[in-house]
Amino acid sequence: MPAVSKGDGMRGLAVFISDIRNCKSKEAEIKRINKELANIRSKFKGDKALDGYSKKKYVCKLLFIFLLGHDIDFGHMEAVNLLSSNKYTEKQIGYLFISVLVNSNSELIRLINNAIKNDLSSRNPTFMCLALHCIANVGSREMAEAFAGEIPRILVAGDTMDSVKQSAALCLLRLYKASPDLVLMGEWTSRVVHLLNDQHMGVVTAAISLITCLSSKNPDEFKTCVSLAVSRLSRIVSSASTDLQDYTYYFVPAPWLSCKLLRLLQCYPPPEDGAVKGRLVECLETILNKAQEPPKSKKVQHSNAKNAILFEAISLIIHYDSEPNLLVRACNQLGQFLQHRETNLRYLALESMCTLASSEFSHEAVKTHIETVINALKTERDVSVRQRAADLLYAMCDRSNAKQIVAEMLSYLETADYSIREEMVLKVAILAEKYAVDYSWYVDTILNLIRIAGDYVSEEVWYRVIQIVINRDDVQGYAAKTVFEALQAPACHENMVKVGGYILGEFGNLIAGDPRSSPLVQFNLLHSKFHLCSVPTRALLLSAYIKFINLFPETKATIQEVLRSDSQIRNSDVELQQRAVEYLKLSSIASTDVLATVLEEMPPFPERESSILAKLKKKKGPGAVSVELEDGKERGELNGGGDRGGDAAIAASNASTPSPSADLLGLRSTAPASGATPSAGSLLVDVFSEAGPSATSAGVNDDGFLRFVCKNNGVLFENQLLQIGIKSEYRQNLGRMYLFYGNKTSVQFVSFNTTVSCPGELFRSTKTVEPLVEGGAQVQQVINIECLTDFIDAPLLNIKFRYGGALQNISLKLPVTINKFFQPTEMAAADFFQRWKQLSQPQQEAQKIFKASHGMDTEVLKAKLLGLGTALLENVDPNPENYVCAGVIQTKAQQVGCLLRLEPNAQAQMYRLTLRSSKDTVSQRVCDLLAEQF
Amino acid sequence: MQFMLLFSRQGKLRLQKWYVPLSDKERKKISRDLVQTILARKPKMCSFLEWRDLKIVYKRYASLYFCCAVEDQDNELITLEIIHRYVELLDKYFGSVCELDIIFNFEKAYFILDEFLLGGEAQETSKKNVLKAIEQADLLQEVYELVL
Repeated sequence: MPAVSKGDGMRGLAVFISDIRNCKSKEAEIKRINKELANIRSKFKGDKALDGYSKKKYVCKLLFIFLLGHDIDFGHMEAVNLLSSNKYTEKQIGYLFISVLVNSNSELIRLINNAIKNDLSSRNPTFMCLALHCIANVGSREMAEAFAGEIPRILVAGDTMDSVKQSAALCLLRLYKASPDLVLMGEWTSRVVHLLNDQHMGVVTAAISLITCLSSKNPDEFKTCVSLAVSRLSRIVSSASTDLQDYTYYFVPAPWLSCKLLRLLQCYPPPEDGAVKGRLVECLETILNKAQEPPKSKKVQHSNAKNAILFEAISLIIHYDSEPNLLVRACNQLGQFLQHRETNLRYLALESMCTLASSEFSHEAVKTHIETVINALKTERDVSVRQRAADLLYAMCDRSNAKQIVAEMLSYLETADYSIREEMVLKVAILAEKYAVDYSWYVDTILNLIRIAGDYVSEEVWYRVIQIVINRDDVQGYAAKTVFEALQAPACHENMVKVGGYILGEFGNLIAGDPRSSPLVQFNLLHSKFHLCSVPTRALLLSAYIKFINLFPETKATIQEVLRSDSQIRNSDVELQQRAVEYLKLSSIASTDVLATVLEEMPPFPERESSILAKLKKKKGPGAVSVELEDGKERGELNGGGDRGGDAAIAASNASTPSPSADLLGLRSTAPASGATPSAGSLLVDVFSEAGPSATSAGVNDDGFLRFVCKNNGVLFENQLLQIGIKSEYRQNLGRMYLFYGNKTSVQFVSFNTTVSCPGELFRSTKTVEPLVEGGAQVQQVINIECLTDFIDAPLLNIKFRYGGALQNISLKLPVTINKFFQPTEMAAADFFQRWKQLSQPQQEAQKIFKASHGMDTEVLKAKLLGLGTALLENVDPNPENYVCAGVIQTKAQQVGCLLRLEPNAQAQMYRLTLRSSKDTVSQRVCDLLAEQF
Repeated sequence: MQFMLLFSRQGKLRLQKWYVPLSDKERKKISRDLVQTILARKPKMCSFLEWRDLKIVYKRYASLYFCCAVEDQDNELITLEIIHRYVELLDKYFGSVCELDIIFNFEKAYFILDEFLLGGEAQETSKKNVLKAIEQADLLQEVYELVL
């Protein structure tokens, strides 16, 4: 039993908890819980009114059950009742229950907010704090709506108790983080900044978290905080360890506050005021000096608190990146930590040095620690520390040490943890290319990568080595020789076979002079791997074979024999079979000249890439390309259909090389950033944009956007880098659209910038997005839209960002269509027909007859019509097969009533759609939009 | 801070505090994943790890693991001391706190945490002030009980 049970003991609760603990099995526990739930339910439902104590006890039991991981679907009302109890413990338990088990039940939220409102105005600081804690714990939008105005007032009021101020500050922070649009800046903001001067250290500690968050979002409005923060920091840093009484932690004065002050300063550039800056530099120097002093205590808490401040100071120094002296001192300090016996410090030193490596002032200083870091990579027992060491090696790599670092990373890969292999592979590949002086080293490195960690070598990496080999004549012979040797290994990775097949198919002739690698030897070597490979690799090998026929006529008979065998020409895989048939035919009927032309050596990559894509687009129509984008597997699609010669097949398998890798490596011979030569990625994207003047291209664009006519949420766009999700809501003539930009890569997007241009009939306001999107992160953008009058053209969204140096440019239509502003109108049959007749002028009606392009399932049709935004009227049309709908389009200028009738003809698989409205343009537009939906 | 979890060596969750909105399902998944990850780590390993896009800071006290998830720019060492200060507060309040105290008086553990951290940030770092607030509340209870 617990040592103390202060305040009120709830005996029933303790007994219940003991029971649960004594349960021998999960089943017994569930049984006991169900018994208790039944008991509580009957008590809550019973006729006898429960007293406060029992209610509190049962609510507390429910909470315990919930925290054990079971669902709780009742008791909320009782908990809300407890909130208005005037007994503190009951109120407290009520609030705890609400905080843990928030329920978005609107009825309940109103009651909860009422109780909170009462407590906030009670002027009893304990009650006020409870209420503020609850708001901070729940932090929902409803609460922000109710209290975002009130809390700033409490925070800055002169007569508010310190403890209440502390809670109010952090409560406001939580609301601001959850619903920034609801927390309005005002005259309170300047007063909040001055809380940095407050006498009560607790108030400063709480307030600074709020100020830091507000400053990072609105730096200009809060910039007076810089000088205040510096002077506060200076006072703490220079105080004796006893000055701050209970705010001194293991002999370190106010460590939390110090860290937060240093963090706040990182929202700003170095202070411009010389005196302020001097004072700050003095503080930073004092902190660095203190690190060298003997510790005042042997306790780890002392050194942790002290070093926490030190690391935060170093972060600030790195952030400023302007004081060479401090940067080098920071680097030396971290160097000491690299060999510290505390694992935590080694970890943090590696992490912190990583950012230091990118500063021009300290890059050289960081490099002096290379041996220690390599040693850490080899000997650290904790994978998370080794990961940091690998990161640091990557960051400190330059031309002078690249060979050493790449070699160390390669040898580490042999034993590296599975969790970090893929990342390591990518890093090695990037470094190898970035710092390659001679390309034979580069080829060796990548082949080694495939040999050591073939499973983790992504397509981008092996595509890239092929691109480079093709583009550089000086390395082709070496590559052919090396890959030939690598393929001799009895077990070699499939990626090696791919690279081998490709390179020997192109450049096998360069080593064919040596009898040890004569054409037939090369072919037999490749073909010995054939049966162990997957379909895509086999397809690639078949292409290599036909290339061999061209390169080495003497292999023709052997290869034709292979192609002719049942296992090829009757292969159950269509792709393989087709290649076998076509290649066999090609090799037997084409003259040597034709063969040589068709199977010519691949030209250098960049120009080829875009021309192939352009050709593909023209040949197959943009529709095919857009499908590939959505499916995210171009390869299959590109190879999957249609007629093509051998050359095109090979080319196509390369054309789908995702250009991001190329951009990532930044070594392309043409600048992908320039608008004239878009990289493959943006070229594919261009198909979506309106840039293309051709009608077909516009059609594709509509396709993406037309999917959203009858729905508001979904994925608007996706390519290999970026996914854009959309969520929107409309009320009357107003709309709000949330765009979610997801970075699908592990590399950050920089200079991320979006613009929305609207037709004149719409008005919009947009908040700008952060210019940095971290790898794997998602950022959100809110667009507010107001419909001024009816419109046809949708707003255009343009997204620009840099990914690994290459500029990406994407244009999309935002799915804002006139029907979004529909308000459904219910009406009876008589009303409907009367209005229908009233709208009988020819220009008021728009009609289309069209073929069903999807199934004619009733439920699907209904869902689409509801999604359109109109009311679906039952029992109006005399023919039950037909659908009629009514709605009013709300624009700022006017309201446009709209009636709709859809007549399906299941036999003919046709529809007739008729729209009538008081405005001809509206009838036509809604009719056009809707006709594309069925 | 995004959330704090307390769990036993057997992997049983003893306290969970979430400072970001997440569904019940997500919470359960995160807790399960993290508990597994941390229990699999050896004693001498470093107290920090990268996990998804978060930094995890954890420390073991007797049979209990205390684990915090903080954001990229947050300070690991000071978070470690946040944990320690919370342990000190529990210890002072219960008098040599043990896992059982937190099991049987879980609501108190939550109340103390709310006085110390709010919305994921330090509200009051002075041990005296936090305990004073809790004791005042306890006193308030007793007064009300006497009135009854």
